[in-house]
Amino acid sequence: MTKFVDLHLCAPIKDIEKLKKMVTKSYQMGYRLAGIPLPTNVELDKVETLRKICSNVGLDFVSRVDLNPRNIPELLTNLRRVRRKFEVVAVLCTSKPVARQAAKDRRVDVLSLDLGKVRYRFFDRAEAELAAQSSCSLEIEMAPLLSLEGAPRIHLISNLRREVAIASSFRVPITVSSGATDDFVLRSPYDYSALAMLFDMTSSSALAALSSVPLRVVERNRRKLSLDFVAPGLHVVRRKDP
Amino acid sequence: MIRHAKRRYLAFQIESLESFEKEEIRDAIWNSLIQLFGEHGASQSGLFLVEYDKQRKQAILRCSLKALSMVHASVASVTKIEDKPVAFHVLRISGTLRALNKKLSA
Repeated sequence: MTKFVDLHLCAPIKDIEKLKKMVTKSYQMGYRLAGIPLPTNVELDKVETLRKICSNVGLDFVSRVDLNPRNIPELLTNLRRVRRKFEVVAVLCTSKPVARQAAKDRRVDVLSLDLGKVRYRFFDRAEAELAAQSSCSLEIEMAPLLSLEGAPRIHLISNLRREVAIASSFRVPITVSSGATDDFVLRSPYDYSALAMLFDMTSSSALAALSSVPLRVVERNRRKLSLDFVAPGLHVVRRKDP
Repeated sequence: MIRHAKRRYLAFQIESLESFEKEEIRDAIWNSLIQLFGEHGASQSGLFLVEYDKQRKQAILRCSLKALSMVHASVASVTKIEDKPVAFHVLRISGTLRALNKKLSA
């Protein structure tokens, strides 16, 4: 059975009731893993509480951080600070130097673009080449596609079509996530795959972007964060009994 | 000889705090279809609202097989009806109404 992943469920972590509602809805929609963005200074207790809430519903909680650095030094400092703390690290690219650095840094899992702003779209061929080498994936959020209307939505669809074509030609993995801040914007994976045809993604690649691609990112990072990990391709199989 | 066009039936759940009339649901889907694919695209859809259960907030649409992905995307992209938030979730898709009802009741 396909395990669907919503890598960006923007549930409010301060409003527990709303969070529970959104997490339950997400499970009902068919998702089995949910990446909830957390602040960089989140306490471990809070993470455990969220993990418990999600597991009560049947969802596998994925800790995620969204970095929004203004320049390269800030990005590097933040990455050093958060990489061992979160399962998924996403970088919102708001300037070209930051986008380039994020695409070539192996510590970055997801490149996130500000979908509402046309000027902040930096995913071109050079960016795709860097992202393909560092196995960083491009994230497409579906919430703006549902909330925008008229000319802004037309521009958004046109940009997404171009970016998906570039990503496909450079074999950059694409992840599709809800980006939902409200449960009315949440849709099932099959609804999202139908919406993805608007920017020329085939149904099978859209479903992969909602299941196998984000699952691979999460599993890779969980392996890296486990105590048994030594280096890429090297992990502890067994420990000597004391 | 002109072959009969293949059709598909979509059952969907309406999620909203309000309840709506059949015409409002139909218009919302038509508007969404025209917004996304234009009048030319909408003319190829063969869209028809077959059933609407106001109590259970479920409806069944009929469309042509060729336009299924277009209609599915249009149904999924409805977010409000007269400024009231709403979400349509496609439950099942089938080739006949009878098979669809069977799948829904299973």
